[in-house]
Amino acid sequence: MKYLEAIGKYFIMIWEVFKKPTKWPIMKSLILKEIDDLIYGAMGIIIFISFFIGGVVTIQTALNLNSPLLPKSLIGFATRQSVILEFAPTFTSIIMAGKVGSYITSSIGTMRVTEQIDALEVMGVNSLNYLVFPKIIATMMYPFAVAISMFVGILGGWIAAVFGGYAPSGEFIQGLQLDFDSFHVTYTFIKSVVFAFVIATVPSYHGFYMKGGALEVGKASTTAFVWTSVVIIIANYLLTQLLLG
Amino acid sequence: MIEVEDIHKSFGDNHVLKGISTTFEKGKTNLIIGQSGSGKTVFLKCLLGLFEPEEGQICYNGQYYSELSTKERRNLRQEMGMVFQGSALFDSMTVEGNVMFPLDMFTKQSKAEMQDRVDFVLERVNLIDAHKKYPAEISGGMQKRVAIARAIVMNPKYLFCDEPNSGLDPKTAILIDNLIHEITQEYDITTIINTHDMNSVMEIGEKIIFLKNGYKEWEGTNKEIFKTENEAVTDFVYSSELFKKVRQMYIEERN
Repeated sequence: MKYLEAIGKYFIMIWEVFKKPTKWPIMKSLILKEIDDLIYGAMGIIIFISFFIGGVVTIQTALNLNSPLLPKSLIGFATRQSVILEFAPTFTSIIMAGKVGSYITSSIGTMRVTEQIDALEVMGVNSLNYLVFPKIIATMMYPFAVAISMFVGILGGWIAAVFGGYAPSGEFIQGLQLDFDSFHVTYTFIKSVVFAFVIATVPSYHGFYMKGGALEVGKASTTAFVWTSVVIIIANYLLTQLLLG
Repeated sequence: MIEVEDIHKSFGDNHVLKGISTTFEKGKTNLIIGQSGSGKTVFLKCLLGLFEPEEGQICYNGQYYSELSTKERRNLRQEMGMVFQGSALFDSMTVEGNVMFPLDMFTKQSKAEMQDRVDFVLERVNLIDAHKKYPAEISGGMQKRVAIARAIVMNPKYLFCDEPNSGLDPKTAILIDNLIHEITQEYDITTIINTHDMNSVMEIGEKIIFLKNGYKEWEGTNKEIFKTENEAVTDFVYSSELFKKVRQMYIEERN
Protein backbone atom coordinates (compact mmCIF):
# COMPACT_ATOMS: atom_id res chain seq x y z
CA MET A 1 0.00 0.00 0.00
CA LYS A 2 2.87 2.34 0.95
CA TYR A 3 4.59 1.64 -2.39
CA LEU A 4 1.39 2.21 -4.36
CA GLU A 5 0.93 5.54 -2.61
CA ALA A 6 4.54 6.49 -3.42
CA ILE A 7 4.10 5.55 -7.09
CA GLY A 8 0.90 7.61 -7.28
CA LYS A 9 2.62 10.56 -5.61
CA TYR A 10 5.53 10.25 -8.05
CA PHE A 11 3.22 10.49 -11.08
CA ILE A 12 1.36 13.45 -9.56
CA MET A 13 4.74 15.10 -9.08
CA ILE A 14 5.59 14.53 -12.76
CA TRP A 15 2.26 16.13 -13.75
CA GLU A 16 2.97 19.14 -11.49
CA VAL A 17 6.45 19.57 -12.99
CA PHE A 18 4.95 20.43 -16.36
CA LYS A 19 2.29 22.82 -15.02
CA LYS A 20 2.68 26.60 -14.65
CA PRO A 21 6.07 27.02 -16.31
CA THR A 22 8.72 29.42 -15.07
CA LYS A 23 9.60 32.43 -17.27
CA TRP A 24 11.76 31.30 -20.19
CA PRO A 25 14.82 33.57 -19.58
CA ILE A 26 15.07 32.22 -16.02
CA MET A 27 14.39 28.64 -17.09
CA LYS A 28 17.04 28.88 -19.83
CA SER A 29 19.74 29.83 -17.34
CA LEU A 30 18.61 27.07 -14.97
CA ILE A 31 18.77 24.47 -17.76
CA LEU A 32 22.29 25.58 -18.77
CA LYS A 33 23.42 25.41 -15.15
CA GLU A 34 21.98 21.91 -14.78
CA ILE A 35 23.64 20.73 -18.02
CA ASP A 36 26.91 21.95 -16.56
CA ASP A 37 26.31 20.26 -13.19
CA LEU A 38 24.64 17.03 -14.25
CA ILE A 39 26.15 16.19 -17.65
CA TYR A 40 29.40 18.12 -18.14
CA GLY A 41 30.31 17.59 -14.46
CA ALA A 42 29.83 13.82 -14.82
CA MET A 43 31.85 13.42 -18.04
CA GLY A 44 35.13 12.75 -16.24
CA ILE A 45 33.84 9.72 -14.36
CA ILE A 46 31.89 8.46 -17.41
CA ILE A 47 35.02 8.58 -19.60
CA PHE A 48 37.19 6.99 -16.91
CA ILE A 49 34.78 4.10 -16.27
CA SER A 50 33.97 3.50 -19.93
CA PHE A 51 37.64 3.33 -20.92
CA PHE A 52 38.50 0.67 -18.35
CA ILE A 53 35.26 -1.29 -18.77
CA GLY A 54 35.96 -1.50 -22.51
CA GLY A 55 39.46 -2.73 -21.74
CA VAL A 56 38.27 -5.35 -19.26
CA VAL A 57 35.57 -6.65 -21.63
CA THR A 58 38.21 -7.07 -24.34
CA ILE A 59 40.66 -8.89 -22.07
CA GLN A 60 38.00 -11.23 -20.67
CA THR A 61 36.61 -12.02 -24.12
CA ALA A 62 40.12 -12.71 -25.43
CA LEU A 63 40.96 -14.98 -22.51
CA ASN A 64 37.78 -17.02 -23.09
CA LEU A 65 38.33 -17.48 -26.84
CA ASN A 66 40.85 -20.31 -26.53
CA SER A 67 40.06 -22.20 -29.72
CA PRO A 68 42.43 -21.46 -32.63
CA LEU A 69 39.42 -21.96 -34.95
CA LEU A 70 37.78 -18.80 -33.66
CA PRO A 71 38.97 -15.63 -35.41
CA LYS A 72 40.49 -12.81 -33.34
CA SER A 73 37.98 -10.44 -34.89
CA LEU A 74 35.38 -11.90 -32.51
CA ILE A 75 37.12 -10.00 -29.71
CA GLY A 76 36.27 -6.71 -31.43
CA PHE A 77 32.75 -7.96 -32.20
CA ALA A 78 32.08 -8.97 -28.56
CA THR A 79 33.53 -5.70 -27.24
CA ARG A 80 31.33 -3.65 -29.58
CA GLN A 81 28.17 -5.55 -28.71
CA SER A 82 28.81 -5.49 -24.95
CA VAL A 83 29.76 -1.83 -24.84
CA ILE A 84 27.01 -0.54 -27.15
CA LEU A 85 24.16 -2.70 -25.86
CA GLU A 86 24.78 -2.78 -22.12
CA PHE A 87 27.89 -1.22 -20.65
CA ALA A 88 27.56 2.27 -22.12
CA PRO A 89 23.85 2.82 -21.40
CA THR A 90 23.13 0.67 -18.33
CA PHE A 91 26.38 0.52 -16.42
CA THR A 92 26.97 4.25 -16.90
CA SER A 93 23.39 4.96 -15.80
CA ILE A 94 23.89 3.09 -12.53
CA ILE A 95 27.03 5.15 -11.92
CA MET A 96 25.07 8.31 -12.80
CA ALA A 97 22.31 7.26 -10.38
CA GLY A 98 24.95 7.34 -7.66
CA LYS A 99 26.75 10.50 -8.68
CA VAL A 100 24.02 12.69 -10.18
CA GLY A 101 21.08 11.12 -8.34
CA SER A 102 22.51 11.65 -4.88
CA TYR A 103 23.46 15.22 -5.84
CA ILE A 104 19.88 15.91 -6.98
CA THR A 105 18.34 14.40 -3.82
CA SER A 106 20.69 16.16 -1.45
CA SER A 107 20.41 19.56 -3.16
CA ILE A 108 16.59 19.48 -3.27
CA GLY A 109 16.41 17.85 0.19
CA THR A 110 18.60 20.58 1.68
CA MET A 111 16.32 23.19 0.12
CA ARG A 112 13.36 21.42 1.77
CA VAL A 113 15.07 21.30 5.19
CA THR A 114 16.12 24.95 5.06
CA GLU A 115 12.62 26.06 3.96
CA GLN A 116 13.87 27.34 0.59
CA ILE A 117 11.12 25.32 -1.13
CA ASP A 118 8.53 26.88 1.19
CA ALA A 119 9.96 30.27 0.26
CA LEU A 120 9.39 29.50 -3.44
CA GLU A 121 5.82 28.31 -2.75
CA VAL A 122 4.99 31.39 -0.70
CA MET A 123 6.17 33.61 -3.56
CA GLY A 124 3.77 31.78 -5.88
CA VAL A 125 6.48 29.90 -7.80
CA ASN A 126 5.69 26.34 -8.97
CA SER A 127 8.64 24.88 -7.06
CA LEU A 128 8.46 21.52 -8.86
CA ASN A 129 8.69 23.19 -12.25
CA TYR A 130 11.45 25.50 -11.06
CA LEU A 131 13.54 22.71 -9.49
CA VAL A 132 12.80 19.52 -11.44
CA PHE A 133 11.98 20.63 -15.00
CA PRO A 134 15.51 22.00 -15.73
CA LYS A 135 16.97 18.73 -14.46
CA ILE A 136 14.75 16.69 -16.80
CA ILE A 137 15.72 18.82 -19.79
CA ALA A 138 19.40 18.78 -18.85
CA THR A 139 19.46 14.99 -18.54
CA MET A 140 17.98 14.73 -22.04
CA MET A 141 21.58 15.54 -23.08
CA TYR A 142 22.53 12.22 -21.51
CA PRO A 143 22.47 10.29 -24.86
CA PHE A 144 25.44 12.47 -25.92
CA ALA A 145 27.28 11.30 -22.81
CA VAL A 146 26.35 7.71 -23.66
CA ALA A 147 27.66 8.20 -27.22
CA ILE A 148 30.98 9.38 -25.79
CA SER A 149 30.91 6.43 -23.38
CA MET A 150 30.45 4.03 -26.34
CA PHE A 151 33.35 5.58 -28.24
CA VAL A 152 35.70 5.64 -25.24
CA GLY A 153 34.69 2.09 -24.22
CA ILE A 154 35.53 0.72 -27.65
CA LEU A 155 38.74 2.78 -27.72
CA GLY A 156 39.66 1.24 -24.35
CA GLY A 157 38.97 -2.18 -25.79
CA TRP A 158 41.11 -1.51 -28.87
CA ILE A 159 44.03 -0.28 -26.74
CA ALA A 160 43.75 -3.34 -24.45
CA ALA A 161 43.57 -5.69 -27.44
CA VAL A 162 46.42 -4.18 -29.43
CA PHE A 163 48.83 -3.22 -26.65
CA GLY A 164 47.97 -6.27 -24.55
CA GLY A 165 48.76 -8.52 -27.50
CA TYR A 166 45.32 -10.14 -27.58
CA ALA A 167 44.42 -9.19 -31.17
CA PRO A 168 46.03 -7.25 -34.03
CA SER A 169 44.49 -3.84 -34.72
CA GLY A 170 43.20 -4.83 -38.18
CA GLU A 171 41.34 -7.90 -36.93
CA PHE A 172 39.87 -6.03 -33.94
CA ILE A 173 38.54 -3.27 -36.23
CA GLN A 174 37.21 -5.88 -38.64
CA GLY A 175 35.31 -7.40 -35.68
CA LEU A 176 33.92 -3.98 -34.77
CA GLN A 177 32.40 -3.74 -38.26
CA LEU A 178 31.13 -7.31 -38.37
CA ASP A 179 27.31 -7.66 -38.72
CA PHE A 180 26.76 -4.13 -37.50
CA ASP A 181 23.08 -3.36 -36.89
CA SER A 182 22.48 0.39 -36.57
CA PHE A 183 19.24 -0.26 -34.67
CA HIS A 184 21.35 -1.35 -31.72
CA VAL A 185 22.60 2.23 -31.42
CA THR A 186 19.03 3.52 -31.71
CA TYR A 187 17.99 1.04 -29.01
CA THR A 188 20.79 2.34 -26.77
CA PHE A 189 19.76 5.95 -27.27
CA ILE A 190 16.10 5.13 -26.54
CA LYS A 191 17.21 3.37 -23.37
CA SER A 192 19.44 6.23 -22.32
CA VAL A 193 16.61 8.79 -22.73
CA VAL A 194 14.38 6.66 -20.47
CA PHE A 195 17.19 6.19 -17.94
CA ALA A 196 17.92 9.93 -18.02
CA PHE A 197 14.29 10.67 -17.15
CA VAL A 198 14.50 8.19 -14.27
CA ILE A 199 17.82 9.68 -13.05
CA ALA A 200 16.30 13.17 -13.01
CA THR A 201 12.90 12.40 -11.50
CA VAL A 202 13.29 9.56 -8.95
CA PRO A 203 15.99 11.39 -6.91
CA SER A 204 13.99 14.65 -7.24
CA TYR A 205 10.97 12.86 -5.77
CA HIS A 206 13.01 11.61 -2.79
CA GLY A 207 14.50 15.06 -2.18
CA PHE A 208 11.30 17.02 -2.65
CA TYR A 209 9.10 14.96 -0.35
CA MET A 210 11.67 14.21 2.34
CA LYS A 211 10.88 15.08 5.95
CA GLY A 212 13.28 15.78 8.79
CA GLY A 213 16.74 17.29 9.03
CA ALA A 214 20.30 16.86 7.78
CA LEU A 215 20.47 13.17 8.72
CA GLU A 216 17.33 12.45 6.69
CA VAL A 217 18.88 14.22 3.67
CA GLY A 218 21.65 11.60 3.75
CA LYS A 219 19.15 8.77 4.15
CA ALA A 220 17.01 10.14 1.31
CA SER A 221 20.09 10.23 -0.97
CA THR A 222 20.82 6.56 -0.25
CA THR A 223 17.18 5.56 -0.77
CA ALA A 224 17.08 7.56 -4.00
CA PHE A 225 20.17 5.73 -5.33
CA VAL A 226 18.66 2.32 -4.49
CA TRP A 227 15.30 3.10 -6.11
CA THR A 228 16.82 4.79 -9.15
CA SER A 229 18.98 1.69 -9.73
CA VAL A 230 15.99 -0.63 -9.27
CA VAL A 231 13.86 1.36 -11.74
CA ILE A 232 16.74 1.49 -14.27
CA ILE A 233 17.24 -2.29 -14.09
CA ILE A 234 13.51 -3.01 -14.49
CA ALA A 235 13.20 -0.47 -17.31
CA ASN A 236 16.26 -2.04 -18.97
CA TYR A 237 14.61 -5.45 -18.96
CA LEU A 238 11.27 -4.15 -20.26
CA LEU A 239 12.86 -2.02 -23.01
CA THR A 240 15.10 -4.86 -24.15
CA GLN A 241 12.12 -7.20 -24.37
CA LEU A 242 10.09 -4.54 -26.15
CA LEU A 243 12.71 -3.36 -28.64
CA LEU A 244 14.88 -6.42 -29.26
CA GLY A 245 12.78 -9.36 -28.03
CA MET B 1 -6.59 43.44 6.80
CA ILE B 2 -6.92 39.69 7.36
CA GLU B 3 -10.03 38.25 8.99
CA VAL B 4 -9.93 34.69 10.27
CA GLU B 5 -13.27 32.99 10.90
CA ASP B 6 -13.37 29.83 13.01
CA ILE B 7 -10.61 27.85 11.26
CA HIS B 8 -9.90 24.20 12.00
CA LYS B 9 -6.93 22.21 10.78
CA SER B 10 -6.04 18.57 11.43
CA PHE B 11 -3.29 16.18 10.39
CA GLY B 12 -4.77 12.69 10.63
CA ASP B 13 -6.09 12.34 14.16
CA ASN B 14 -4.13 15.33 15.38
CA HIS B 15 -6.55 18.29 15.59
CA VAL B 16 -4.08 21.19 15.60
CA LEU B 17 -6.28 24.29 15.18
CA LYS B 18 -9.61 24.11 16.95
CA GLY B 19 -11.68 27.04 15.79
CA ILE B 20 -9.60 30.22 15.73
CA SER B 21 -11.20 33.57 14.90
CA THR B 22 -9.45 36.92 14.89
CA THR B 23 -8.66 40.01 12.85
CA PHE B 24 -5.23 41.31 11.83
CA GLU B 25 -5.34 45.02 11.07
CA LYS B 26 -3.46 46.92 8.40
CA GLY B 27 -0.46 48.99 9.47
CA LYS B 28 -0.14 47.10 12.72
CA THR B 29 2.39 44.58 14.01
CA ASN B 30 0.39 41.52 15.02
CA LEU B 31 2.08 38.84 17.11
CA ILE B 32 1.14 35.20 17.55
CA ILE B 33 2.59 33.70 20.71
CA GLY B 34 2.24 30.38 22.48
CA GLN B 35 4.20 27.37 23.64
CA SER B 36 5.82 24.96 21.20
CA GLY B 37 3.12 22.69 19.77
CA SER B 38 0.35 25.21 20.38
CA GLY B 39 -0.36 25.49 16.64
CA LYS B 40 1.41 28.79 15.83
CA THR B 41 3.31 27.55 12.78
CA VAL B 42 0.28 25.69 11.39
CA PHE B 43 -1.81 28.84 11.91
CA LEU B 44 0.80 30.95 10.10
CA LYS B 45 0.99 28.43 7.24
CA CYS B 46 -2.82 28.54 6.94
CA LEU B 47 -2.63 32.35 6.70
CA LEU B 48 0.04 31.99 4.01
CA GLY B 49 -2.12 29.56 2.06
CA LEU B 50 0.39 26.73 2.42
CA PHE B 51 -2.18 24.71 4.41
CA GLU B 52 -5.89 24.84 3.66
CA PRO B 53 -8.17 24.68 6.73
CA GLU B 54 -10.87 21.97 6.79
CA GLU B 55 -13.37 24.37 8.27
CA GLY B 56 -13.61 28.14 8.53
CA GLN B 57 -12.55 30.98 6.27
CA ILE B 58 -9.67 33.37 5.84
CA CYS B 59 -10.50 36.70 4.24
CA TYR B 60 -7.81 38.96 2.74
CA ASN B 61 -9.09 42.53 2.25
CA GLY B 62 -12.60 41.23 1.58
CA GLN B 63 -11.54 38.25 -0.58
CA TYR B 64 -12.26 34.80 0.84
CA TYR B 65 -9.28 32.55 0.06
CA SER B 66 -11.44 29.47 -0.46
CA GLU B 67 -13.44 31.27 -3.16
CA LEU B 68 -10.39 32.37 -5.18
CA SER B 69 -9.39 30.68 -8.43
CA THR B 70 -5.88 29.22 -8.80
CA LYS B 71 -4.77 32.34 -10.69
CA GLU B 72 -6.26 34.67 -8.08
CA ARG B 73 -4.54 32.69 -5.32
CA ARG B 74 -1.26 32.98 -7.18
CA ASN B 75 -1.77 36.75 -7.50
CA LEU B 76 -2.60 36.95 -3.79
CA ARG B 77 0.61 35.06 -2.97
CA GLN B 78 2.55 37.74 -4.80
CA GLU B 79 1.09 40.29 -2.37
CA MET B 80 2.60 38.35 0.54
CA GLY B 81 6.13 38.57 1.87
CA MET B 82 7.54 35.99 4.22
CA VAL B 83 10.54 36.01 6.53
CA PHE B 84 11.35 32.44 7.52
CA GLN B 85 12.86 31.34 10.83
CA GLY B 86 16.11 30.29 9.18
CA SER B 87 15.88 33.10 6.59
CA ALA B 88 15.46 30.52 3.76
CA LEU B 89 17.77 32.43 1.43
CA PHE B 90 18.73 30.65 -1.79
CA ASP B 91 22.27 29.38 -1.18
CA SER B 92 23.22 29.46 -4.85
CA MET B 93 22.40 33.15 -5.24
CA THR B 94 24.14 36.27 -3.96
CA VAL B 95 22.36 38.69 -1.60
CA GLU B 96 21.45 40.79 -4.63
CA GLY B 97 20.22 37.70 -6.53
CA ASN B 98 18.02 36.66 -3.60
CA VAL B 99 16.37 40.08 -3.36
CA MET B 100 16.02 40.40 -7.13
CA PHE B 101 14.49 36.93 -7.48
CA PRO B 102 10.78 37.88 -6.99
CA LEU B 103 11.18 40.88 -9.34
CA ASP B 104 12.84 38.70 -11.95
CA MET B 105 10.12 36.06 -11.62
CA PHE B 106 6.99 38.16 -11.56
CA THR B 107 7.62 41.58 -13.09
CA LYS B 108 8.54 42.84 -16.52
CA GLN B 109 10.91 45.49 -15.19
CA SER B 110 14.17 46.20 -16.98
CA LYS B 111 17.44 45.11 -15.39
CA ALA B 112 18.18 48.73 -14.39
CA GLU B 113 14.77 49.19 -12.75
CA MET B 114 15.18 45.94 -10.83
CA GLN B 115 18.67 46.96 -9.74
CA ASP B 116 17.38 50.31 -8.48
CA ARG B 117 14.65 48.61 -6.47
CA VAL B 118 17.11 46.07 -5.02
CA ASP B 119 19.53 48.84 -4.04
CA PHE B 120 16.67 50.76 -2.43
CA VAL B 121 15.38 47.89 -0.28
CA LEU B 122 18.86 46.75 0.72
CA GLU B 123 19.61 50.30 1.82
CA ARG B 124 16.28 50.36 3.69
CA VAL B 125 17.33 47.32 5.73
CA ASN B 126 20.76 48.89 6.29
CA LEU B 127 22.73 46.50 4.09
CA ILE B 128 25.05 48.50 1.91
CA ASP B 129 28.12 46.44 1.04
CA ALA B 130 26.74 42.92 0.91
CA HIS B 131 25.28 42.86 -2.61
CA LYS B 132 27.75 40.39 -4.08
CA LYS B 133 28.13 38.15 -1.04
CA TYR B 134 26.54 34.72 -0.70
CA PRO B 135 24.27 33.88 2.26
CA ALA B 136 26.97 31.64 3.76
CA GLU B 137 29.37 34.61 3.85
CA ILE B 138 27.19 36.90 6.00
CA SER B 139 26.06 36.81 9.65
CA GLY B 140 22.69 35.55 10.90
CA GLY B 141 21.49 39.11 11.53
CA MET B 142 22.46 40.15 8.00
CA GLN B 143 20.71 37.07 6.59
CA LYS B 144 17.53 38.13 8.39
CA ARG B 145 17.82 41.60 6.87
CA VAL B 146 18.25 40.11 3.41
CA ALA B 147 15.17 37.96 4.06
CA ILE B 148 13.23 41.10 5.06
CA ALA B 149 14.49 42.92 1.96
CA ARG B 150 13.37 39.99 -0.23
CA ALA B 151 9.99 39.95 1.51
CA ILE B 152 9.32 43.66 0.91
CA VAL B 153 10.85 44.06 -2.53
CA MET B 154 7.49 43.46 -4.27
CA ASN B 155 5.69 46.00 -2.03
CA PRO B 156 3.60 43.35 -0.28
CA LYS B 157 0.29 44.02 1.43
CA TYR B 158 0.96 41.30 3.98
CA LEU B 159 4.21 40.49 5.75
CA PHE B 160 4.58 37.21 7.64
CA CYS B 161 7.53 36.47 9.90
CA ASP B 162 8.21 33.13 11.55
CA GLU B 163 10.36 33.74 14.64
CA PRO B 164 12.38 36.46 12.90
CA ASN B 165 14.82 36.95 15.78
CA SER B 166 15.47 33.37 16.82
CA GLY B 167 19.18 32.61 17.05
CA LEU B 168 20.15 36.28 17.14
CA ASP B 169 21.89 38.14 19.95
CA PRO B 170 19.57 40.44 21.97
CA LYS B 171 20.84 43.66 20.36
CA THR B 172 20.42 42.38 16.80
CA ALA B 173 17.04 40.88 17.74
CA ILE B 174 15.80 44.32 18.84
CA LEU B 175 17.16 45.88 15.63
CA ILE B 176 15.27 43.31 13.54
CA ASP B 177 12.07 43.86 15.58
CA ASN B 178 12.30 47.61 15.16
CA LEU B 179 13.02 47.28 11.45
CA ILE B 180 9.92 45.11 10.90
CA HIS B 181 7.82 47.51 12.98
CA GLU B 182 9.07 50.57 11.07
CA ILE B 183 8.49 48.90 7.70
CA THR B 184 4.95 47.90 8.76
CA GLN B 185 4.06 51.49 9.58
CA GLU B 186 5.98 53.04 6.70
CA TYR B 187 4.36 50.89 4.00
CA ASP B 188 1.05 50.33 5.81
CA ILE B 189 1.39 46.54 5.68
CA THR B 190 -0.53 43.92 7.65
CA THR B 191 2.31 42.25 9.53
CA ILE B 192 1.96 38.97 11.41
CA ILE B 193 4.86 37.66 13.47
CA ASN B 194 5.09 34.24 15.02
CA THR B 195 7.39 34.59 18.05
CA HIS B 196 8.62 33.20 21.34
CA ASP B 197 10.54 36.35 22.16
CA MET B 198 9.06 38.28 25.06
CA ASN B 199 11.08 41.38 24.20
CA SER B 200 9.24 41.48 20.87
CA VAL B 201 5.93 41.07 22.70
CA MET B 202 6.65 44.02 24.96
CA GLU B 203 8.26 46.24 22.34
CA ILE B 204 6.28 45.89 19.12
CA GLY B 205 3.16 43.83 19.95
CA GLU B 206 0.38 46.16 18.83
CA LYS B 207 -1.88 43.14 18.78
CA ILE B 208 -1.04 39.85 20.44
CA ILE B 209 -2.78 36.51 20.06
CA PHE B 210 -1.96 33.78 22.54
CA LEU B 211 -2.58 30.23 21.31
CA LYS B 212 -2.86 27.24 23.63
CA ASN B 213 -3.52 23.67 22.49
CA GLY B 214 -4.98 24.90 19.20
CA TYR B 215 -7.37 27.42 20.76
CA LYS B 216 -7.10 31.19 20.92
CA GLU B 217 -6.68 31.62 24.66
CA TRP B 218 -6.27 35.40 24.76
CA GLU B 219 -5.84 38.48 22.57
CA GLY B 220 -4.91 42.04 23.35
CA THR B 221 -2.12 44.61 23.09
CA ASN B 222 1.30 44.85 24.74
CA LYS B 223 -0.21 47.28 27.24
CA GLU B 224 -3.05 44.91 28.09
CA ILE B 225 -0.75 41.93 28.55
CA PHE B 226 0.63 43.60 31.72
CA LYS B 227 -2.83 43.77 33.22
CA THR B 228 -4.29 40.47 32.14
CA GLU B 229 -5.39 38.04 34.80
CA ASN B 230 -5.46 35.10 32.36
CA GLU B 231 -3.36 32.52 34.14
CA ALA B 232 -2.19 30.72 30.98
CA VAL B 233 -0.93 33.99 29.49
CA THR B 234 0.81 35.17 32.65
CA ASP B 235 2.40 31.73 33.15
CA PHE B 236 3.77 31.84 29.61
CA VAL B 237 4.76 35.51 29.26
CA TYR B 238 6.05 35.99 32.80
CA SER B 239 7.78 32.66 33.16
CA SER B 240 11.14 34.29 33.94
CA GLU B 241 11.86 36.02 37.27
CA LEU B 242 12.89 39.18 35.45
CA PHE B 243 9.58 39.53 33.64
CA LYS B 244 7.68 38.73 36.86
CA LYS B 245 9.48 41.65 38.55
CA VAL B 246 8.85 43.94 35.58
CA ARG B 247 5.16 43.13 35.72
CA GLN B 248 5.05 43.67 39.48
CA MET B 249 6.74 47.05 39.11
CA TYR B 250 4.32 48.02 36.35
CA ILE B 251 1.30 47.12 38.47
CA GLU B 252 2.71 48.93 41.52
CA GLU B 253 3.47 52.00 39.42
CA ARG B 254 -0.10 52.07 38.10
CA ASN B 255 -1.52 51.71 41.62
